[in-house]
Amino acid sequence: MRYLPLTNADRNAMLGVIGAKSVDDLFRDVPREAYLTTLVDLPMHAGELEVERQMAKLAARNVAAGSVPFFCGAGAYRHHVPASVDHLIQRSEFLTSYTPYQPEIAQGTLQYLFEFQTQVAMLTGMDVANASMYDGSTATAEAVLMASRVTNRKRIVLSTNLHPHYIETVRTTAEAAGLTIVEGNETALDDKTACFVVQNPDFTGAIRDITPLSDAAHAKGALLVAVVTEIVSLGAITPPGEMGADIVAAEGQSIGNSLNFGGPYVGLFATRQKFVRQMPGRLCGETVDAQGNRGFVLTLSTREQHIRREKATSNICTNSGLCCLAFTIHMALLGEDGFRKLAALNHDRAVQAADKLAKVKGVELMTPTFFNEFTLKLAKPASPIVDQLAKDGIIAGVPVSRLKPHDRNATNLLLVAVTETTTPADIDALVAGLSKVLS
Amino acid sequence: MMNKQGRPTTGAATGNGELATISGHRGLDREVKLIFETGRPGASGVDLPEPELKHDRLGGLRRRGQIGLPGLSEPEVVRHFVRLSRKNYAIDYGIYPLGSCTMKHNPRLNEKMARLPGFADIHPLQPSSTIQGALSLIDHLAHWLKLLTNMPAVAMSPKAGAHGELCGLMTIKAAHEAQGHAHRTVVLVPESAHGTNPATAALVGYTVEEVPANERGRVDVAVLKSKLGPNVAAIMLTNPNTCGLFENDMIEIADAVHKAGAYFYCDGANFNAIVGRVRPGDLGIDAMHINLHKTFSTPHGGGGPGAGPVVLSAALAPFAPVPLIVHGPNGFELIEDDAAAKAHDAKPFGRMCAFHGQMGMFTRAMAYMLSHGADGLAQVSGDAVVNANYVLASLKDVMSAPFAASGPCMHEALFDDSFLKDTGVTTLDISKALIDEGYHPMTMYFPLVVHGAMLIEPTETESKHALDEFIHVLSELAKEAKGNDKRRFEGAPHFAPRRRLDETAAARKPVLRWTPPAKAQAAE
Repeated sequence: MRYLPLTNADRNAMLGVIGAKSVDDLFRDVPREAYLTTLVDLPMHAGELEVERQMAKLAARNVAAGSVPFFCGAGAYRHHVPASVDHLIQRSEFLTSYTPYQPEIAQGTLQYLFEFQTQVAMLTGMDVANASMYDGSTATAEAVLMASRVTNRKRIVLSTNLHPHYIETVRTTAEAAGLTIVEGNETALDDKTACFVVQNPDFTGAIRDITPLSDAAHAKGALLVAVVTEIVSLGAITPPGEMGADIVAAEGQSIGNSLNFGGPYVGLFATRQKFVRQMPGRLCGETVDAQGNRGFVLTLSTREQHIRREKATSNICTNSGLCCLAFTIHMALLGEDGFRKLAALNHDRAVQAADKLAKVKGVELMTPTFFNEFTLKLAKPASPIVDQLAKDGIIAGVPVSRLKPHDRNATNLLLVAVTETTTPADIDALVAGLSKVLS
Repeated sequence: MMNKQGRPTTGAATGNGELATISGHRGLDREVKLIFETGRPGASGVDLPEPELKHDRLGGLRRRGQIGLPGLSEPEVVRHFVRLSRKNYAIDYGIYPLGSCTMKHNPRLNEKMARLPGFADIHPLQPSSTIQGALSLIDHLAHWLKLLTNMPAVAMSPKAGAHGELCGLMTIKAAHEAQGHAHRTVVLVPESAHGTNPATAALVGYTVEEVPANERGRVDVAVLKSKLGPNVAAIMLTNPNTCGLFENDMIEIADAVHKAGAYFYCDGANFNAIVGRVRPGDLGIDAMHINLHKTFSTPHGGGGPGAGPVVLSAALAPFAPVPLIVHGPNGFELIEDDAAAKAHDAKPFGRMCAFHGQMGMFTRAMAYMLSHGADGLAQVSGDAVVNANYVLASLKDVMSAPFAASGPCMHEALFDDSFLKDTGVTTLDISKALIDEGYHPMTMYFPLVVHGAMLIEPTETESKHALDEFIHVLSELAKEAKGNDKRRFEGAPHFAPRRRLDETAAARKPVLRWTPPAKAQAAE
């Protein structure tokens, strides 16, 4: 077996030092009735070539987004990732290291985490950010738990235009933690509410000034949690930090990370300085070493599970290290000008697509404002149309009914995302495809 | 100093290698500024076409003012991160014996497979007809996990070990609630448990009660039984446990737990020690998360991403969270909501995250499993246990191993600091001295059940030769410490990119981001 260095001679010599008769002898504490004497009924080991063949066969049964006109978004977006990003994250020193428990030999990881935290704080317009969460949806759930700790209240109001999967994720975690979830708008806020969770651009793609919403939340003593599922939007629109948000939970996949069928992604989590000690997740902080040189360490770990156990702010241990490295590198490559240009380009292409699609008979644009994703109302149910167009080699977007199966008003709605990877020819193909199936 | 060829080997002012350079760099070890301290306006490492749009649809919310990101070209960015990378220790560099973390070799084939466009470039909400290969891979991986654990079901979506624990406990809570047993509010957790166990139990509203360890490093079964009562919802037990020992009373514990009406949660962080040889389902376990980044070698990536699928017993299986994958007339289908799940006799407790879990980790783990096969996986656990026992046997007399007398260890060897008594040298000192010797230290001060713990997990991917070198170094360090020779320990590490860092100062006045110099001054 190519990954396992011990030879029989090694093993025998080692068993001699140990004073054991055999490898099986080392497992003598296992109850006999539970110790296997035969191999599990699975195939035997295989060489690289064989494994590659099997895996490639499965991969070939999927339609890669880059191979067709492609318009899916709804919380996961296809962007171009520069080649150097994937090269750099595969350096052994990043790929095969662990959480920086020994900071003297982990300054590489710690410094990029510090840079990542700074980038996220800048993008969201907040004071501080943590070293990443699993993804946007779990970051939102953690934001809700944190708001409950900060306010000492147990009622959570989720905007109805929050991504339905985010609503379910928050509901599952928060209800298990004893919180009450209400879906509604600002009129649902009361003086027992811990926070109001608002997505911008929202699930339909629409953009709004959330300042009045944070004012409404603050008037009741509640926090405003802003959710961003498309982080590229912050290159074009006012960041939540400038609209009164107290916590920002975001999905960072768009920068540096592939679609990966939904994971791994990278959750971004930012807040105000005054709430730092209530934050979940790892934090990297600046300090000095014994010779006075600047260095970085994981800090405020007294919030964390390995110290505080049942009193921790979260049970989280692993974050999204490598995905957040990819984010940091891609963002460093873009820089101020590149990031803004990328955002403008996304918006540009999306406006072109929306205008062309709105001219198709049986198509109505439902979102007058949007960034790179918008909702169309079709004259027929969207789901069968998406399936039909997929057969014709066009992936037309996400039918809203897939995410809101119980909402009768959602049947004819289609979410369409357009990024810098979408070509004019792709847009024309969707226009032609929709014209055909709707005529 | 001259070498044998008469060539000078040291600089004039050395002694201990502290010669100050003009640049501040030391050969290959370069000082690296923060990206925010470099770059200039107008530069970028990405070329994009010019946007054409005249009128935006942003509803008057166009972002104004500078974000503050520096501008850098591609070569500058590449250098920055390559230089940073050189400050990290890594498995590809040497033995990384962090106990409980399972730092084993990460095969590059798995990276290559995960990057096939058919896996990396597919969207979670594409029509199911366009992702049959992806669903088939998840189903196939689930099949392997079920067979290796002899458990009938697996929830694939949890994103890491702790997330898997959360999933497992929520499944248990749902099962109790379905039976009208909401009054069960206590979760028993051994004191040797990972911190995530009590943190998870508390997160879902359970009260945590600790169970002590006995003198053999196992759970005290008598105390455990005395705590089992009508208010206990579950026990969370790590097996093999964090002392590196197999809980030999597992079946007796499982029977008692079930008789008391509670469920048995197993923390599967150490499944790598028994994979292919022991199936948790045969031990009476109801739920167990599997860290794909430990047992199945998906890379740790500096702290993630992980993946934590949870295998479930028949009693818990109906409550698994959405999404579920089912096989129907049109091939594989994703079941994403409660109503659809009901049609398949499922009662999901909810959803762990948006979408379907860590596909990128599934592809890597699948490639790892196919490579090893049933025979290779049994060899994985066997060699991991041989390596750990070899370390234990080689060091138990020069260091102190509190449980060495109570039988073989599993995949990791636990030492305490009693051999350092009255030497003035601590577990931390030993760890930092190991850094100077070119090794990543072992896990320090965990588990909490022994004083000054040093937990060494070599993994199966270390050769005997590599272990012999490591054992030699550690043994010499132990001898020097016991001989009251503290030179190597004082102020160690000396040869790392940084000396010991002031963690107290970092926590007292947290600086968690870079701030432009003018702003930073104004704030003071």
